Amino acid sequence: MPLSAEILHRFEAVVGARGVISAPDELRTYECDGLTAYRAAPGAVVLPTTSAEVQAVVRICHAARIPFVARGSGTGLSGGAMPAANGVVISLARMNRILEVDFPNARIVVEPGVINLEVTGRVAAANYFYAPDPSSQSVCSIGGNVAENSGGAHCLKYGFTTTHVLALEVVLPDGSLVHLGKKTLDAPGYDLPGIFVGSEGTLGIATKITLRIVKRPECVQTLLAAFPSTTEAGAAVSAIIGAGMLPAAIEMMDRLAIHAAEAAVHPNYPECGGLLLVELDGPEAEVRALMEQVNQICRAHGAWEIRLAQTETERMLVWKGRKAAFASVGRISPNYIVQDGVIPRTRLPQVLHRIEEMSAESGIRVANVFHAGDGNLHPMVLYDHRVAGQEKAAIALSEKILELCIEEGGSITGEHGVGEEKKHMMPKMYAEPDLDTMQRLRCAFDPHLLSNPAKIFPRTRLCGDKPGEYTPHPLEVAGVAERF
Amino acid sequence: MPGIEIESLRELRVAEPESEQEVSEALRCADGEGVAVIPRGGGTKLDWGNPPRRAGLLLSTARLNRIVEHAWADLTVTVEAGCRFAELQRALAAHGQRLALDPLWPEQATIGGVLSTNDSGAWRLAYGGLRDLIIGMTLVLADGTIARSGGKVVKNVAGYDLPKLATGALGTLGVITQATFRLHPLARNTRTLTLAPADTAAAQALLLRIQDTNLAHTALQWRAEAGRPPMLDVLFEGTDAGIAAQTARLAEVAGRVSVAELGEAVWRARQEIADRGSLVKCSVLPAEIADAMGAIGRTGDGNWRAVFQANGIGWISVDGPLEPLRSRIEARGGSLCVLRRPRGHSPIEAWGGAGDALPLMRAIKQRFDPKSTLNPGRFVGGI
Repeated sequence: MPLSAEILHRFEAVVGARGVISAPDELRTYECDGLTAYRAAPGAVVLPTTSAEVQAVVRICHAARIPFVARGSGTGLSGGAMPAANGVVISLARMNRILEVDFPNARIVVEPGVINLEVTGRVAAANYFYAPDPSSQSVCSIGGNVAENSGGAHCLKYGFTTTHVLALEVVLPDGSLVHLGKKTLDAPGYDLPGIFVGSEGTLGIATKITLRIVKRPECVQTLLAAFPSTTEAGAAVSAIIGAGMLPAAIEMMDRLAIHAAEAAVHPNYPECGGLLLVELDGPEAEVRALMEQVNQICRAHGAWEIRLAQTETERMLVWKGRKAAFASVGRISPNYIVQDGVIPRTRLPQVLHRIEEMSAESGIRVANVFHAGDGNLHPMVLYDHRVAGQEKAAIALSEKILELCIEEGGSITGEHGVGEEKKHMMPKMYAEPDLDTMQRLRCAFDPHLLSNPAKIFPRTRLCGDKPGEYTPHPLEVAGVAERF
Repeated sequence: MPGIEIESLRELRVAEPESEQEVSEALRCADGEGVAVIPRGGGTKLDWGNPPRRAGLLLSTARLNRIVEHAWADLTVTVEAGCRFAELQRALAAHGQRLALDPLWPEQATIGGVLSTNDSGAWRLAYGGLRDLIIGMTLVLADGTIARSGGKVVKNVAGYDLPKLATGALGTLGVITQATFRLHPLARNTRTLTLAPADTAAAQALLLRIQDTNLAHTALQWRAEAGRPPMLDVLFEGTDAGIAAQTARLAEVAGRVSVAELGEAVWRARQEIADRGSLVKCSVLPAEIADAMGAIGRTGDGNWRAVFQANGIGWISVDGPLEPLRSRIEARGGSLCVLRRPRGHSPIEAWGGAGDALPLMRAIKQRFDPKSTLNPGRFVGGI
């Protein structure tokens, strides 16, 4: 049922007429996020500018039991920001101020619409940076990063978004405002920032976020090594980790992904079957000593070309091809699906081999880029939707790849989220009681299931009435049954 | 604070289940009968938090003590909750690895207990706390539900991050039976350096100055004791070349403050404080440690000892009324938890204010343990 004129008026009373979008043609932008295969038309988009406005909008939704979804920059890849049909999209794009920078304590407080790269931009002059660096960091928002617990190439060493979020101001699905965590560590009580980060918009809307910032390392070096195939490159990764090193990043690309990157941004990568990027950072003497070992390990595992990028310009060129990997696949295929499976790192050769076989069986090409250090695969399944049956075959293949990840003891998503896209895969990874327990948590936050209600879980558990408060047994009160 | 004292807890009936299934049955049974359950690992921190309102059964994880899988090439380990911390570390060391955490009483403390109390030490500065190391968990809820969450890969965002919710929950949401952690390699070499700034103000300034460099120290702690000058200890790990270069750089940063090598024993400071009578954990902003030190000095009989990590988490042994200290620290955005109450002083609530999120915490408890079977009353806000 479309939203009533009365509801739209109420939204306008909160955010003004210019803060509400309800014309059907203008709503189309908000039908999907970066996962364009899944769409639903919202009833309205509301653009609040303050926490109080977010509260007021959510209260209107709560009173009328209208589902809503928070939206940042809309770059998500799992349909997390896709609205419910005729539901409300609450865009945080206008809440984009950096509120406080605290260098002595290495903290920064931002609104959710602030762009990831702007955080680093704000603190770079003092030699600090914000560590989580998803490939979309020049456009994606911190609010979206919080919802998805975004990672990036450097999370192997620096951790994910959850590592860097200390406190959150959150509007709960009933419109109340709460503060989770503190600017200081280990706030008394349950680790609520720990569960809110990565909850994909299902527990409420973050309106203020306190982040850690990190001091820039003294020295950063990136080594690029060309191997005959991903098998040798994978073995080199295991040897580097086995030698007791924790690189800032280890990235791998296969032949098809290298071709795509060359076609799109000309990073001048060597023509090879498996390309490895290894980045070390830290004190200069430490980095030099360890990079020498990385170099030897790569050669010992068959690398026939090795380049060491030491200046910022050289490093940027090396990273350019990798960061553009998803977008550049568009140069070699009209359509593609990016997957986000994770496997224990040591299973890499077997899994790649299976993906190759499955690709050959189905006739669908797969280009591979990985965060190789932590086993996070990003297979890009290439297809042409104009060819009858290809889209279906591509979706089937990408799901088979995820099933393979589960079989190998991994996960269906390392950083993109479950969202709409993979919720039907959740029962393959978790048993019913596991999912049921997660939904208990959701019911504590959102008993009416209004905040991005249809995501993550294949079946929504009704929260029902709250179980009654525990009343002690009369014998217990009397002290008779205390010990038995 | 009314409640059941530790001495009477020790007299309780004890259940020692041998499997996850038995934990589930014991809990379902107790929950059905309205018997309150106190989970117990190594028993080193059984007196932390508020005394429980009710207690009918001690549920010991002593027999759930296996190391299930050390996937050393993947740098992960899956271990049962009753495994002693030091025992796990010894097994991991055989492959040159460690769980990068330095908890209290490692020989007695178990994985489940360390997780439930969120107990981390000086290494946290470099490697993060338990929330950054845990990647998977099995939790048995009060009604017997066996719930797995997370997994055994380092990177995983499928579903809610329940391992973080149960970490530091003091067993009030469920009994942890198994956990999976990411591991780190053992340090190649280490060196501990101790700096002796003239006074509290100088110590604060030097600590912030070190934090503002790009030194890659593993730990930085500030030791203080009644009537003695402060000490800052720095731990470096890495290659010989890296450590030598960082040592030289540290001396530059220290300026006129002397740098000495007193050895690794300085890292026992937190354990020594915990081995005294009372134990307080507080958390302040890194730039506010000097203020907290001053307030600690004004507390009690003047016989106090404290150690703060550069991340602002401090461990204090002090006898005296703690309310003024808590008020001061909370007013400046920090928190103060009384883990073990000083004897002979009026009881104080253990956790302090949980702020406006307390109703949400109660709602979570209600969904996970509606009858308040697990550790009733020991946690924040009477949870």
